[in-house]
Amino acid sequence: MAEQAARGAVLAMRGVSKTFGGVKALNDVSFTVRPGEVHCLAGENGSGKSTVIKIATGVYTADPGADIEIAGQSVAAPTPGLARRLGIAVIWQDLALFPEMTVAENIGFEALLGARPKPVARKRMRETAARVLARLGVALDPDAPLRSLPIAKRQIVAIARALVGEARLIFMDEPTASLTQAETDHLLEIVRSLSASGVAVVFVSHRLAEVLEVSSAVTVLRDGRLVGVFPTEGMTQSKLTELMTGQTFDSAVAARDRSAAPPVLELKGLTREGEYADIELTIRKGEILGITGLIGAGRTELGHTLFGMTRPDRGEIRLDGKPVRFRSNGQAIRAGVSYVSEDRLSLGLIQPQSIADNLSLTVLDRLLTAGLISPARKSSLVDHWIRELAVKIGTPADAVATLSGGNQQRIVLAKWLATEPRLLVLDAPTVGVDVGARAGIFAIIRRLAEQGLAILLISDEAPEVYFNADRVLHMAGGRIIGHYDPRATSLAELEQAVYA
Amino acid sequence: MMEELKARLGPEVLGLTVFLLAVMLVFSFLSDRFLTAANFGSVAVQLPELGILTLAMLLPILSGGLNLAIISTANISALTVAWVLQVNGGPEAGMGAFLLGAALALAVGGAAGFLMGAVTAISGAHPILVSLAMMIFLRGLGEYLTRGGDISGFPDFVAAIGHGSLFGIPAPLIVFLACVAVWQILLGRTRLGFFTYMVGSNIEATRYSGVDTKRALMLIYTLSGVMCAIAGIVMMARFNSVRVGHGEAYLLITVLACFLGGVDPFGGFGRVASVLLALVILQILSSGLNLLGANQHLSTAVWGLFLIAVMVLRFGWKRWFERKRGKT
Repeated sequence: MAEQAARGAVLAMRGVSKTFGGVKALNDVSFTVRPGEVHCLAGENGSGKSTVIKIATGVYTADPGADIEIAGQSVAAPTPGLARRLGIAVIWQDLALFPEMTVAENIGFEALLGARPKPVARKRMRETAARVLARLGVALDPDAPLRSLPIAKRQIVAIARALVGEARLIFMDEPTASLTQAETDHLLEIVRSLSASGVAVVFVSHRLAEVLEVSSAVTVLRDGRLVGVFPTEGMTQSKLTELMTGQTFDSAVAARDRSAAPPVLELKGLTREGEYADIELTIRKGEILGITGLIGAGRTELGHTLFGMTRPDRGEIRLDGKPVRFRSNGQAIRAGVSYVSEDRLSLGLIQPQSIADNLSLTVLDRLLTAGLISPARKSSLVDHWIRELAVKIGTPADAVATLSGGNQQRIVLAKWLATEPRLLVLDAPTVGVDVGARAGIFAIIRRLAEQGLAILLISDEAPEVYFNADRVLHMAGGRIIGHYDPRATSLAELEQAVYA
Repeated sequence: MMEELKARLGPEVLGLTVFLLAVMLVFSFLSDRFLTAANFGSVAVQLPELGILTLAMLLPILSGGLNLAIISTANISALTVAWVLQVNGGPEAGMGAFLLGAALALAVGGAAGFLMGAVTAISGAHPILVSLAMMIFLRGLGEYLTRGGDISGFPDFVAAIGHGSLFGIPAPLIVFLACVAVWQILLGRTRLGFFTYMVGSNIEATRYSGVDTKRALMLIYTLSGVMCAIAGIVMMARFNSVRVGHGEAYLLITVLACFLGGVDPFGGFGRVASVLLALVILQILSSGLNLLGANQHLSTAVWGLFLIAVMVLRFGWKRWFERKRGKT
């Protein structure tokens, strides 16, 4: 059957292994993509997804014994140039474009590659760019410098560049990671039209919902091995998660009734022009309130106001019954509000600095003896939280960047829990965290709620909120447009409301 | 024991110490006057000016910026002292007038630094631009006030400060070592020092952690300015005169000394101890070459070569270290 599937395939890899210094990153993996197909490559970090891409595009060479066919042509070891000539293109997560050059130059640049210097035909370049952009149905000024474009438009430029090279297969590595929902929808639209015109697309994404929406088949990898190839028809997010992690997750609704507990946070008619409006909500002691909705719904903006980073135009914030008006996030922190940013890489942690320094940054005041930071108190604080949240680290002096996403997020939680907050705002706490490590993060969050912490859980993944929050609010266009009790609502109902 | 020492000092300090010993060994073979008290005495006298200015440069670099106005801040601060002395009788002025002048000089230096920090923090302009503007402003102002000439005619004790010694240690060296100690404690043990490193690595993430980063930047540049003023007073005492432009050649050498000491050019990493070692190495190189009869310009050229050599060695060391790590 595998033989049959491989016939006419744009890419067929069989028996591919790759060893790095004694570690098998890929072990006897097969991967087949048919013309015009939208195929998803799924797996946790370290499962071998990017190794597959890099072998197919000639960045890495597979271990001997592999069999690789591109467009029906047997290729022992593709090189980047050969793979491109045979129609394989990659859009890396960082896009690999030239920000100082124009759209047309970025799109047409590959025509200039080669050993012999060639004159730059600007007119032809612009025509080519215009033609390809028209094929994608996108209006973009070919003379605009790339750096003036938002990230979503740059991605389209990267796609256009792949099409100039007559790509038959485009790999997209986490293409939606930094896009808003509307931009994601537009991108998925483009992916569908590419597919209709016979160009195959291999999608690598963490967001299971969109994977299932756009692709027709999914190849699942786990620890460098092939788990299987599955049709997306009838596949669910939880089934896919199980395949990726090899674990079954307890997906029972965890909601509890906390209506008797005293309120910690009350918002009355909170409005900030252009961001959110008339927000009314209450979070009680020990309660997890979930807010879900699409990206751009005003959730993060609300979080910023609660954390004192922005000021509301109207309305009232009450903390423990007393009205508060924060002029800085320092004041919010002293009042007991903590905020875990959705952007862990650039806002949540200082990546190159040590685990110990990241952890103590929020509570330096408490480590002083006679006005100076006490190394002994610092290391006992760090040891305490590393143990408390079971963070897997080498030594506290290691850079935080050396940790996995899940362990980094535990450090973020630790640095905020050390401030002894009464209200914890979690903005997309599982972004960039492997599916398997998410359960651990949520176990910590639920334990904190049991201990009496009031938690605002913001997430664009409705299931995450549904299974972990006590009550769920649906936000759209800056307003709260729905209240749900997970015990009285089905997940399908919530998803229908949010994504439809 | 070795491992513990390594962990405490870091590879940077250890590497530079080896370098220092090697340089000393080579010179002691080449010149029999190298290992003499007179030679080390001259190193001890020359080290403080460059050293204090380097400390003034270190703080902004660690915070991810730069202070190009260190020399002009030092000059304008020294002018402040000179002005107070002149108003109070020139050569007849008393110690009280000098102390008043020094206090005012520290305030002027601090104010210049504060202004740079405030503009950087509030406008978000790059510190290179802000400090460049400040440098040009202060230099122009100083030249206008002095008509481009020297100011001298100070009481005798001013020269005594520049050339005197306490228990055989030159007075400027004592001032410098005190400054090193203050910076060591500031960067190693205080909140502001901690924030300096964090701001240098990622100012937004530091702000999201509740740190008032604007205030931190203002304090960083204010302290840098105060350190410039100390350097200005020391230079004034050494030359027994003040002139705008004094010490201008030091400006980029302070940056060199920081990088030589392993400070990350983009901020966030660097230690006082290794910068101190780098300064000593630079000074020993130049005094050793001087003993061999080389001219001053050659020793500047050797400094440049030395920095290039250190960068290459560091790269090689890192590669070797990574390979070793990869194998185990």
